[in-house]
Amino acid sequence: MAELKVEHESHRMGMHTEQLAGRTQQVFFHPSEEENFTYPMAHEVDFNKRAEIDIADMDTTEANLKIRSLMKEGHGTIVVRNPQGKHGLGVGILNRLNLIFEGSLGYFGCGLIDGPNVRISGRVGWSCAENMMAGTVTIEKNAGSTFGAAIRGGDLVCKGDVGSRTGIDQKGGTIIVGGKTGAFSGFMMQRGRMVVLGDTSENLGDSMYDGTIYVGGKIKSLGVDAVEAEMTELDKKWLTAKLKIYDLETPNGVDNMTKIVSGKQLWNYDNLEPAEKKLVL
Amino acid sequence: MCGIAGLIHRGKASNVGQEMTSMLLALKHRGPDSTGFALYGQANDQENDYVMRFKVAEQEEMRHGFDIHQQVVDRRAAVDARLAEQGAKVSNMEEATEYAFRYRFAFSGDLTRLVKYVEDLDGVEILSLGRSLELVKDLGDATVVSDQYKLGDFQGTHGIGHTRMATESDVDIRSAHPYWAYPFNDVAVVHNGQLTNYWGSRRALERRGHRFMSNCDSELIAVYIADSIERGDDLEEAMHRSVHELDGVFTYLVATADKLGMAKDTMAAKPMVLYESDDFIAMASEEISIRSIFPHEIDTFDPYEGEVRVWQS
Repeated sequence: MAELKVEHESHRMGMHTEQLAGRTQQVFFHPSEEENFTYPMAHEVDFNKRAEIDIADMDTTEANLKIRSLMKEGHGTIVVRNPQGKHGLGVGILNRLNLIFEGSLGYFGCGLIDGPNVRISGRVGWSCAENMMAGTVTIEKNAGSTFGAAIRGGDLVCKGDVGSRTGIDQKGGTIIVGGKTGAFSGFMMQRGRMVVLGDTSENLGDSMYDGTIYVGGKIKSLGVDAVEAEMTELDKKWLTAKLKIYDLETPNGVDNMTKIVSGKQLWNYDNLEPAEKKLVL
Repeated sequence: MCGIAGLIHRGKASNVGQEMTSMLLALKHRGPDSTGFALYGQANDQENDYVMRFKVAEQEEMRHGFDIHQQVVDRRAAVDARLAEQGAKVSNMEEATEYAFRYRFAFSGDLTRLVKYVEDLDGVEILSLGRSLELVKDLGDATVVSDQYKLGDFQGTHGIGHTRMATESDVDIRSAHPYWAYPFNDVAVVHNGQLTNYWGSRRALERRGHRFMSNCDSELIAVYIADSIERGDDLEEAMHRSVHELDGVFTYLVATADKLGMAKDTMAAKPMVLYESDDFIAMASEEISIRSIFPHEIDTFDPYEGEVRVWQS
């Protein structure tokens, strides 16, 4: 295993405000240490080698195996037609790939991925991109609940509205919602950034440990230990650059977005006894 | 887990039997134990004309014992006698299975009394009674039940359905969905979830005179809606109140003669996907169910926590 670095250029730039400790310590790989970036099941692909498949008459397993066999043949751009809301499509892809779904996905689409760039022209059901490690997933329409549950890296973008518990247990990466989100979005968030351009429902950021949530619309209510923080110039620059990538705009401009972070008053941030804790909260 | 689905056509009738069969078959993996349909046909002009679906035995009972075949004959004869005794004029009798029947009759007396009198017979349960509602439920997947009860050609305006995975009560017709909101004709409910204040709420409703035919928490929603309507609420008011008074995680659908409604708990813990156009609305636990009747691309969305919606046919 190559050398792992705790400090990184992004720290010097002030991009990290998290207070990480123990097993949540963030480490960085050096780009030259190739063995840290490859999986045994990853494939060498050529983005200029394109394939199109129609999965209307395939079940999920057949469709995913077909995508795998195309990657194994070196196809770097795969267009999937007629997904018709099937569950578990495009999961476990561990290499760079342009994957385009023409239609809508069901539950658990694109979960456990590390690297592909996925575009979905329709909608996705519950738990899209769960545990995503890296890459991008862009959804043109709406998404169901638990969108981006426990993602660790990459960009997950829904241009429409998203259901409840968006980014539950988020551990890194960026979630962007073009519309509104449901209750308990950012629940137990641990790291990373969430951007909601529309309104958020009740209990936003409930019990979040760390990370940052930016909201462009109205916040119905904050959850336990979620607090408003000051928008910095760095926040604004980052938001402007990030939204531009996905051709998104916040209705009132990034200057008027609201930033939510953890108040860090929950039990894991102090040494209080349970009885004492009740007096604090 | 269970799967629920519903659809409503605005201003026209369609083959809702076939549409609902397709939607429920796509949800088979959410519940293979039983399948149920509450389909709404077009009521005829006679105000006192009713359709009654009832069973005189469970499917499981038919597999055991030497006497059950004669017992179902006797029970059905007893039902016929009690209907006649109460003044119901039966115009059509259909034997859907050996143990389940569909009667059309004219009746102008006390409907609640008639229901109680018929259900007082051992083994008899009225599955639905109304002017347009036809409620069918049995063990097996959607195709099995639809074929068995000949629902493929059913013309109507709307319907709800359910595929059941039994978690807290038996695998039998009694515990299958939909539930008829006794004693209100034409009101039916399907539900996905668990109610955590079931027994307390049930006892309160029983004290108000309501009857329960099973130990299934979903039946409580049907009875709750019936009770609320009885107390003067309209459907939407009853559903809004239910979101706060029923504890647990749930999404449920309720249908009346001309309306279809959905409600979701305040945690939004149970799924529901909606498709809405000017003349047609479809909803289901999973998008794949809606896709079974819409092979082309459509826009769908999730309703939010605590949301209640009602559509008119």
